[in-house]
Amino acid sequence: MNGENCFADQAKLLRVTNLRSGYGRIPIVNGLSFSVGEGELVGILGHNGMGKTTLLRTLMGYLPTSGGRIEMSGMDITQRSTTQRARAGIGYVPQGREVFPGLSVLENLRMGCFLNAEPENKVIDEILTFFPRLKAYLGRIGGALSGGEQQLLALARCMCGAPRIVLLDEPTEGIQPSIIEEMISTLRDIGKARNLTILLVEQNLNFLSALSQRILVLQKGMITSEISAETARDPALIHDFVGMA
Amino acid sequence: MDLAGLIAFNVVTGIATLCLITIGLGVIYGMMRIINLAHGELMMLGAFTCIIATEAGINIWISIFVLSPLVVGIIGLVLERTIIRFLYGRILDTMLATWGMSIGLTGLIVTVFGNNVRTLANPAPSFGIGAYSTSLYGLVIVAVAVGALGSLFALLRLTKFGLILRATMERPGMAAALGIKPDTVYMATFALGSALAGMAGAVLAPISGVSPVMGVAYITRAFITVLGGGAAIVTGTGLASMLFGTIDELVSFKASPVIGSVAMLMTAVVLIRIFPTGITGRFLRRSL
Repeated sequence: MNGENCFADQAKLLRVTNLRSGYGRIPIVNGLSFSVGEGELVGILGHNGMGKTTLLRTLMGYLPTSGGRIEMSGMDITQRSTTQRARAGIGYVPQGREVFPGLSVLENLRMGCFLNAEPENKVIDEILTFFPRLKAYLGRIGGALSGGEQQLLALARCMCGAPRIVLLDEPTEGIQPSIIEEMISTLRDIGKARNLTILLVEQNLNFLSALSQRILVLQKGMITSEISAETARDPALIHDFVGMA
Repeated sequence: MDLAGLIAFNVVTGIATLCLITIGLGVIYGMMRIINLAHGELMMLGAFTCIIATEAGINIWISIFVLSPLVVGIIGLVLERTIIRFLYGRILDTMLATWGMSIGLTGLIVTVFGNNVRTLANPAPSFGIGAYSTSLYGLVIVAVAVGALGSLFALLRLTKFGLILRATMERPGMAAALGIKPDTVYMATFALGSALAGMAGAVLAPISGVSPVMGVAYITRAFITVLGGGAAIVTGTGLASMLFGTIDELVSFKASPVIGSVAMLMTAVVLIRIFPTGITGRFLRRSL
């Protein structure tokens, strides 16, 4: 299954064809194909070690492809650098957040504005309406925030650049439940306000099903099936698909 | 009283001199974690640029503050593009490469200009502190050191370039994901550190003499000051220069310059033993 049968009528923002990548000679992503339409919220589900993070790192240009093609709005970006991919409109919130620990929250957000042509103050004010919790911490250094606050900061920083698609890598990992709820409502709000496109890698089934319109199941570096958000909410069915519940 | 005034003036000048020697290395090592063993030779190139320019009739102040940093900055940029950029993240390899660069640059200058000590006329007059007389050029060195530290602080804290530079040094991969080109930032940082080294060499040329091997005299002092100062380039350089410069000058006055240097080195060893991450690694961690 290649994950392209749904939303066929939507303009394809990101199209991945027969993608292969890995670490050195060890293949992790094995000929994987899917596409994401404009404004779609697509989840990727799979066990540890199935290639979820490797897929996102390859899409972002951190890992070289050993085969296949990545297109953004029809433009081939397979050989482009991370910087060029960001400039093509791909935003990235990595596993582990990677906020700039020595910069203040405000400075982290200013860094996020680098690709946004709008005035920094305007962009940040607007983003902070979606992330009100961060307003109290603008002067605090990123490294001093809790894990959940860092995750919100990483999301807000990414949104400051007004990306066309956001790659989210396990945003709930190690985060307290109250902030997970806050992230769900924030991402829904931003998604509605900006027609945001999201490719979400996640193992938290509640989070994944709450945000995704469809979910691609990744096993051994390949997309083996596509399920609906409703299926992901049913532990019995999800066990059939991916052996996890 | 006159003597105390003279000693105080020399201590302040010594601190400023150490600051100047260190600041370019502080930018390159402190931000990029590159152990640039060619730092002294970059200072030497600045001094030679200044002396050649003044001999060609160019105003000495323009030579010191414009030509020397410009020329050495461009040389640094070329070295970064052709050698250093292939070695990022490989500390031992960068040490070997910059050591090779230092030998090569020294050899080049010896071949072209000979292994002589040249002198540059001191452009500042003398002035009296009571019964003693000293050069007003010490005040120039102090003003340049304060100006260089202040400008670097303003660049890092108040400008967009400074913000990008600090972010890129912390997480280059994440900076790239936000649309920044880390390669370009590294290149600019190395060129900036080289330009500061070049300017320092030129500023010190009128009081130190200029020779192809002069860099050796600076490199050790610069390194212990950077290591003693810790991660914060501006605050660390300033504080470590104050500590080491004061000890060096006072012991030199009481004993001899050699004993002064030994005392400074011993202080550095003790300091780094107590605070392995330097003064700002232990205190003032959020400072720049």
